[in-house]
Amino acid sequence: MSAFFSNPAVTWTLLTTGGILLVVVWVLLSLAFLLLADRKIWAGVQMRKGPNVVGPFGLLQSFADFGKFVLKEIIIPAGADKVIFLLAPLLSLVLAFVGWAVIPFAPGWVVSNLNVGILYLLAMSSLGVYGIIMGGWASNSKYPFLGALRSAAQMVSYEVSIGLIIITVILLAGTMNLSSIVDQQAGWIWNWNVFGGHGLKNIILAPVMIIAMGMFFISALAETNRPPFDLPEAESELVAGYQVEYSSTPYLLFMVAEYSNIVLMCAMISVLFFGGWNPGFPIGFTAGWPPFLVNFLLALVFYFKIVVAFFFIAMAKAIVPRYRYDQLMRLGWKVFLPMSLVLVMLVSAWRVFGLQT
Amino acid sequence: MQAIAFYLLAFATIAAGLLVVSAKNPVHSVLFLITAFFSAAGLFVLLGAEFLAMLLIVVYVGAVAVLFLFVVMMLDVDFTALRQGFAQYLPIGGIVAGFLTLEMIFVAATVASHGAAGKNATPMASAPGIPNTEMIGRVLYTDYIFFFQLAGLVLLVAMIGAIVLTLRHKPGVKRQDIGKQIARTPKTGMEIVQIKPGEGISE
Repeated sequence: MSAFFSNPAVTWTLLTTGGILLVVVWVLLSLAFLLLADRKIWAGVQMRKGPNVVGPFGLLQSFADFGKFVLKEIIIPAGADKVIFLLAPLLSLVLAFVGWAVIPFAPGWVVSNLNVGILYLLAMSSLGVYGIIMGGWASNSKYPFLGALRSAAQMVSYEVSIGLIIITVILLAGTMNLSSIVDQQAGWIWNWNVFGGHGLKNIILAPVMIIAMGMFFISALAETNRPPFDLPEAESELVAGYQVEYSSTPYLLFMVAEYSNIVLMCAMISVLFFGGWNPGFPIGFTAGWPPFLVNFLLALVFYFKIVVAFFFIAMAKAIVPRYRYDQLMRLGWKVFLPMSLVLVMLVSAWRVFGLQT
Repeated sequence: MQAIAFYLLAFATIAAGLLVVSAKNPVHSVLFLITAFFSAAGLFVLLGAEFLAMLLIVVYVGAVAVLFLFVVMMLDVDFTALRQGFAQYLPIGGIVAGFLTLEMIFVAATVASHGAAGKNATPMASAPGIPNTEMIGRVLYTDYIFFFQLAGLVLLVAMIGAIVLTLRHKPGVKRQDIGKQIARTPKTGMEIVQIKPGEGISE
């Protein structure tokens, strides 16, 4: 038995599986409370109370909803393509969760330390559109199909600007490995990429990177179909877009996938621009502490940043009215694409001629 | 471990490829095509070319195939009409497929006997410690910079061509001008008219 466990392949498999389970459970539990936070913030802005019945302050609301979704009947429309209809929410959920594999939570706490981590995230988020298109098409119904088409066009458009903004960060960091990108932002707060990275001497790049961060945030809203860009599920026009024909657990899977994508975007914002697990001051004084404790505290810092980013996304839902579709496309192609191209040129010029090390 | 992954991915690629041509529903075909792309990306990762794998997914699966799926879903395909010409086109299709297979066999045989880059060039071995993204960048932006630029120009020409073909300026269409809308003030936007009783308004 001990020979079995000392086999490196077995150890690797067990460790990786454990890590994956830990991340998935962590994400699911966080989602339960972030979903509640989303509703509470939305309610607070509109001077309502929000969910407050199940558990203290409504804390158990998400679990009650979960029970309700799971216990209901799964209705499949008669004309639907059954396999694809059920495959779509599964695909959405899987793609929403595999992205977490490359997110570094603390030094060394990452499931897969890929050299092309950022590209992997981009690839997975670009695949997310298939769940929506497949669901919309397989429903064999007008509103879901229109919602799916809108969503596909929207996500493909905003991926372009997200990709270009990510290139600015890659240029600053000189690597595509997410752990290295976070490592480079260690130390004081002005080492964060949003302030230009590489210390106080390069603070002059801060305006450029702050604009890049803002554009990334807005593109992330569009990419995850959040208000004010929730046109695929605009209830005033399309009832609920691609989700119309879904009920019970498949709907729940779509919902969880959507929120997982949103939180993943929050994690990307904090890793790429706000220093990931770095608290914004040198952490040399923790040298004597147990490494596990330090890592745990750093992971909490990272988690705090994710929650702050999520708060802003929730606020955007509450205070910004929905865009019209042509305005959305205009913003994506005529404003964000040229602006992000200019940002890439500025940052690469800075990288070649102006960088103070 | 790697062998298992390779056989799984290779089997998935070939099975998906076969299903692309044999599926009855064109939308299913496109979905199997996407599966084939995805498994091919997995094979790239096994080869150690993770950058190419990610590009394959981002560009082909994430953008090109989405538009493809888009078009196929919107088309109203008549299946019986599609199947009528099968016997008629079989010889031509068979000849093309045969040529392609022969070419692939020649290429594979050459690569197997002489290596990927032919006789003259030494194949780039991935140096330890340098990620292959950097290796690709070093080759692409030094030795092959002109070809790289040329490829970009070809794409630019194609893009401009597509725009020229589809861009039409219709007269008499009201378009939204955001700047104009924002610049509007009560002074330019409305006019206060004093109406005397019994007269009405005339322009």
